[in-house]
Amino acid sequence: MKPYAELDATALAAEHAAGARRVTDTTEAALAALARLEPRLNAFLVVLADRARARAAELERERAAGATPGALHGVPVALKANMCLAGVEANCGSRILAGYKPPYTATFVQRLLDAGAVVIGMTNMDEFAMGSSSENSAFGPTHNPWDLARTPGGSSSGSAAAVASGIVPLALGSDTGGSVRQPAALCNLAGFKPTYGRVSRYGLVAFGSSLDQVSPFARSVRDLELALSVIAGHDERDSTSLPEPAPIPEHDGARLDGLRVGVPKEYFPEVLSGGVRRASEAALATLRGLGAELVPVALPHTELAIPTYYVVATAEASSNLARYDGVRYGARSAGDGSLQGMYAATRAAAFGAEVKRRILLGTYVLSAGYYDAWYGRALKVRTLLRRDFEQAFEQVDVLAGPTSPTAAFRLGEKAGDPVAMYLSDILTVPVSLAGLPAVSVPCGFVDEDGTRLPIGLQLAGPARADARVLRVARCFESATDFARQRAPLFA
Amino acid sequence: MSPLTIAPSPAVVSPRTGVRWVPVIGLEVHCQLATRTKLFCACAVDFGAPPNTLTCPVCTAQPGALPVLNGEALELALRAALALGCAVQPTSKFDRKHYFYCDLPKGYQISQYDRPYCTGGGLLLSNGKFVRLTRIHMEEDAGKAIHDRGDATLVDLNRAGVPLIESVTEADMASAAEAVEYLTALKEILRYAGVSECDMEKGELRCDVNISVHPEGEPWRTKVELKNLNSFRFVEAAIGVEVARQIEGYESGDARLVPVQETRLYDPERNTTRTMRSKESAHDYRYFAEPDLPAVSVAPSVIERLRSCIPELPAARRARYVSALGLAAQDAAVLSAERAVAEFFEAAARLSEKPKEAANWITNDVLRNFGDAELGVRSVDEMALRPYDLAELIRLVDEGAVNVAGARKVLRVLMKSGGRARELVKTLGLAQVQDTAQLEAWCRAALVGKEKIVADVRAGKTQALNALLGPVMKASGGTADPKLVQEILLKLVQNG
Repeated sequence: MKPYAELDATALAAEHAAGARRVTDTTEAALAALARLEPRLNAFLVVLADRARARAAELERERAAGATPGALHGVPVALKANMCLAGVEANCGSRILAGYKPPYTATFVQRLLDAGAVVIGMTNMDEFAMGSSSENSAFGPTHNPWDLARTPGGSSSGSAAAVASGIVPLALGSDTGGSVRQPAALCNLAGFKPTYGRVSRYGLVAFGSSLDQVSPFARSVRDLELALSVIAGHDERDSTSLPEPAPIPEHDGARLDGLRVGVPKEYFPEVLSGGVRRASEAALATLRGLGAELVPVALPHTELAIPTYYVVATAEASSNLARYDGVRYGARSAGDGSLQGMYAATRAAAFGAEVKRRILLGTYVLSAGYYDAWYGRALKVRTLLRRDFEQAFEQVDVLAGPTSPTAAFRLGEKAGDPVAMYLSDILTVPVSLAGLPAVSVPCGFVDEDGTRLPIGLQLAGPARADARVLRVARCFESATDFARQRAPLFA
Repeated sequence: MSPLTIAPSPAVVSPRTGVRWVPVIGLEVHCQLATRTKLFCACAVDFGAPPNTLTCPVCTAQPGALPVLNGEALELALRAALALGCAVQPTSKFDRKHYFYCDLPKGYQISQYDRPYCTGGGLLLSNGKFVRLTRIHMEEDAGKAIHDRGDATLVDLNRAGVPLIESVTEADMASAAEAVEYLTALKEILRYAGVSECDMEKGELRCDVNISVHPEGEPWRTKVELKNLNSFRFVEAAIGVEVARQIEGYESGDARLVPVQETRLYDPERNTTRTMRSKESAHDYRYFAEPDLPAVSVAPSVIERLRSCIPELPAARRARYVSALGLAAQDAAVLSAERAVAEFFEAAARLSEKPKEAANWITNDVLRNFGDAELGVRSVDEMALRPYDLAELIRLVDEGAVNVAGARKVLRVLMKSGGRARELVKTLGLAQVQDTAQLEAWCRAALVGKEKIVADVRAGKTQALNALLGPVMKASGGTADPKLVQEILLKLVQNG
């Protein structure tokens, strides 16, 4: 029998279902890996060992009793700490929600549980998903299993590290401006942001409501397809969720003949590191080798994406975070005893610097007299960005380019420079603003100071073409060896 | 209907200066939709429930919870729009309105800002003035902050998320009387259309008043918003004192007393208004489109279906009762004010074919009995009386089978416990005695020792007999047919 960490979720679920491997053993293996690696990673904010063991035993009993195993039967999963599982602390990496246990379970979490997944813990993240490095977590940064001195990316940092280190084969993150695709790229994982509305947001703590999308990490593209088939599909509790059921994976061969791959020149900007450029160009050559036709396309408003994103997302965040007022749950500081004083003291004490910065920005851009110049204009640019993509997708089936302009950077390297940090989202944010599906898959490595660091290829498709994007990613993965490379710190 | 006459709005003449001041009044009315559940979650709406028992992750703003629009609320809101003659917009959207207060769980209220679900419409006042509605929009209610339980403020979120419509008028009214008439008519219509119970004591109808005054013929001046007006009586009183305050302020010559743009609270105990917040401290609500809710689209077929369900409204009924049924205007107004009463009346009028008598019975007896605590029947919904039974009772009185006094007793029983009128007349022993021999016996007994009356009657003063009617009725236990008694008495006196 292969060791636990060598299997992906698809293989594990199949072995569990066939009785070839016990769920309880798998759970113990996951918990053991977690216990061994966590001191170096700081990937988890909550470990659910007892709960996971009890669930594993229950799943074993159910299978023995003849129940049909779910698609994720016995698969250990980790959830980002902004996801609601009734009674389990979901602190969003923030002091303001330290100890907060939601009274309800998110729709997508319930679907995971119903499919037989075993949740082993809640993962570290940049506070309220605001950040690209995990350095904005109130509970310390997560370390990249490829180099512990570096960031795993963010904001879904803990989920990425947990999968890249072999603790779990599958973890959920949330992607607002790249918070799953960027860490996937920096940790040599497959990470998929579905079309906006594909996965219900009910129970995902909101950051940018028009952008947020629950997004899985895995070590194989087929696991992303599996995860999507479980968590996607309409939910009547989320009015923005798409009406149709989960997409069906496309299985039509290992080649990409006839596929038109758009290559936006804007996705190869000056700031791209040499290693990233070389790996991306090699990846494009691989796609061509698989039969795809490479087509240069223009996305002329790309350079406006970052400022637009940081207006839209901060505006929504300033609104979404208004509920953290110390009245009903979470941290509270008395202040001067007045209601206003309590609000001010609570929010001043319990939000981190980046969250405060974004609340201030968002409040400003929505203020009377400034709305038109900032938020109103950002909405117009967002429409232009969408149109860029629509026009591109009249010519091509998918777009391809690098996911992140650099490989994993050192913890502390950009922490003092928010704008430099914002620019690490430059290649992921346009797709987010347009609500499109996009995947990051491993596409190479660079050597930085003697350390081998992974690079990710981003593939994006038109709205609702989730299955197409994943099929292209799977073909690329099959044709290359990158996804099979493991981090130095691996279970 | 009588032709409309546009009455000039009355100016207020300053006793000090003789200047004619014209009040300019607009109303913003919040009305709670009579849904079973809240606007964006499935929590029940119930005024009397223990605090915080009607809550869920959505209406307590738990992280990650999302709103879902209640279709019933939308339908009721649309009915209000159609009943008030508004133009329903093909698409509208929800917006977030931000402010911090402990009874507002999300830190924003979901409301409609620049694209409300309907615009236009309005109401006609009895003086011929049409009060225009600017718009109506849907929004959720806040919770309730309770400050009078010791040091701590307590918060009850049962009301948080309860569906409201806010209707905003143009500043078309010029007096407290017009404002109150508008509110009364609005309330009647909303109740008729089944939109809301409009029970002000439960906060189901809340009214803010925008008010300014200017000398006749001059441009409008600064408007002041009045809040905390939880009865029509307070609306009337508050407008009165605020108009007087503003006039005095302008005429005082003291710059500090000149009205400024602000929100003022009405204090019913002192019958004054006082500053709540100034324009400078007004909120910046930072409205933006609610990203959790898609735009609301209403298909024309839905509007047509709902339009066909709107009942005939009070003003139209009132006019019809006068013109087609020949009722007095006052009775028509009383009978049409509530839909249940109006529908009961119309059925009884149709079944009895005697609309005036049906009207009399309802206005004089049925409605009055609602106030009788002993009877314990307070509304049409609560009573057992059916229109058929009232029609039957009217017929029995006409036939002479029961007299009016007896019929009133039967009516009370019918209201309380129902039954068949004809049988009740018998079982209650109220059937009128028309047996001549029996009646003669009672009449002869009554005549004993009444020589003076007999003499008067014989001298031509027949009305003197009326004094004998009472004793006969008494002797009969109220069952004697008074007409027959009179005839017999006269015959006995003249022949005896």
